[in-house]
Amino acid sequence: MIRHLLSAGDLDAATAREILDSAEQMDAIQHRQVKKLPALRGRTVVNLFFEDSTRTRSSFEIAGKWLSADVVNVSAKGSSVSKGESLRDTALTVAALGVDALVIRHPSSGAARRVTEWVDCPVVNAGDGTHEHPTQALLDAFTLRRRLGELAGRHVVIVGDLTHSRVARSNVLLLGLLGAQVTLVAPPTLMPAGVHSWGCTTSWDLDATLSGKVAGDVDAVMMLRVQRERMGSGSSGGGKATVGYFPTEREYAINYGLSPARLRLLPEHAPVLHPGPMNRGLEISSVAADSPRSLVLDQVRAGVAVRMAVLYHLMAGSDEPGRAESSEPRQLSGEGVGVRA
Amino acid sequence: MPAQPIPDTPTDLSPGFIPPAVPQSAARPAGTKTVLQPDDIARVLDRIAHQILEKTSGGEGVVLLGIPTRGEPLARRLAERIAAFAGVEVGLGSLDITLYRDDLRTQASRPLGRTVEPAGGIDGRLVILVDDVLYSGRTVRAALDALTDLGRPRAVQLAVLVDRGHRQLPIRADYVGKNLPTAAEEQVRVRLAETDGADEVSIATGSKTSTGGTS
Repeated sequence: MIRHLLSAGDLDAATAREILDSAEQMDAIQHRQVKKLPALRGRTVVNLFFEDSTRTRSSFEIAGKWLSADVVNVSAKGSSVSKGESLRDTALTVAALGVDALVIRHPSSGAARRVTEWVDCPVVNAGDGTHEHPTQALLDAFTLRRRLGELAGRHVVIVGDLTHSRVARSNVLLLGLLGAQVTLVAPPTLMPAGVHSWGCTTSWDLDATLSGKVAGDVDAVMMLRVQRERMGSGSSGGGKATVGYFPTEREYAINYGLSPARLRLLPEHAPVLHPGPMNRGLEISSVAADSPRSLVLDQVRAGVAVRMAVLYHLMAGSDEPGRAESSEPRQLSGEGVGVRA
Repeated sequence: MPAQPIPDTPTDLSPGFIPPAVPQSAARPAGTKTVLQPDDIARVLDRIAHQILEKTSGGEGVVLLGIPTRGEPLARRLAERIAAFAGVEVGLGSLDITLYRDDLRTQASRPLGRTVEPAGGIDGRLVILVDDVLYSGRTVRAALDALTDLGRPRAVQLAVLVDRGHRQLPIRADYVGKNLPTAAEEQVRVRLAETDGADEVSIATGSKTSTGGTS
């Protein structure tokens, strides 16, 4: 069993399946009179969020509460972080309060792994910069598995701002682990460095990929958000934020947005996913986002069950004496990991 | 999981008939002793089904909840027998207790079993928990907690295939297939056709490799 969940690469296929199977059982709680399981009673989970988040933070909070843990949210705004406290000091402070698990989101890649060097409790990476977001990959796999059945041999296309996407990295690792084939589609400027070592097909042509001409028939398509906030310094200036990556948002939407016409290129059974929040009209049209084939809200709903399963797997038995540390993690190249205290 | 038929007991009952050897018998530790053969288990379940009908005035409002893993097939077999004996359809479901265990802090996480609420729920009904082995009583305690979160049954009873003693909590079974006096070091091993390929209850001395029956 793993001690932390920092990367989808920390998992092996058996553990990933066990978490997804557990999530399936956890999901049943949503239909029950009493939405409470006693598994983490008397334990404290701290959500340490240095970046804005709606669905990840609230679903971690609900997941902890439904497992009867006490959940505390600490966000950078309104905490001592805004007074200039370092990540290390904040982590040590929170740990000193007697925390049993730490869920951390941070704008710097590798932040969660760095924190594991300072605290004793299990750490869950809820998104570190442009590096990884393993629970998002798990909930995507959970949602896909519900719609398509087992994912081995399935073909998933991931489209959009791959360079800045932690969701893409975690999904590539996890889908590969579960035996699915992945094709990455992005304009050349948003294709990550080192992507050729990821073991995926890559393409710049969305139409050809969706119609099966690049890597065979498509079983699902995942649209990624264009992350304006990570595209250089001009973030306040509207369209200027994307300078250097693509000429205009309109051009991006035309070439890489999931338009109604592109939706029709997909085979009947193939669902559409988006990790949210969506830029409607940019990477996804409202027709696609609101179509019956869209699993966007299923993904959000799966988030709670999957995060319950993750917290359970990391925290059950964490008092066990001599519990083994996790083994060497797998990493995707093209992402510098380094956070200074 | 679709309902599975009751496995056939050996049909050849001629005097010289020797039941086919259990596949694992060669690999077993020396101290293993079979205490219930397939036909014993079938007879025991017949009796429990009759007792349930007798004690619940014909099975009115009864819901059988099997505790995974092996309580599930046992509950299904009992429901099939009750239907065959009295023509009564009792409710059937399963109740996973993993997240209600009292040793979650110290034991590594285990895979979760299924909880399936019977059609119509459990409110106001007579729930009979079904498990393979009654030992410390901690599983049943956890199951009682889990039941509270599902609803409010009229009453709760307990049916087990084997009661091996050594209770650590004030819990007793209403229906017992076989009382099996054991030493604490011994392992009671229940195998069922649905989960393990064959029906058998055996006792092993000292080995800690048992797959079930530690509840």
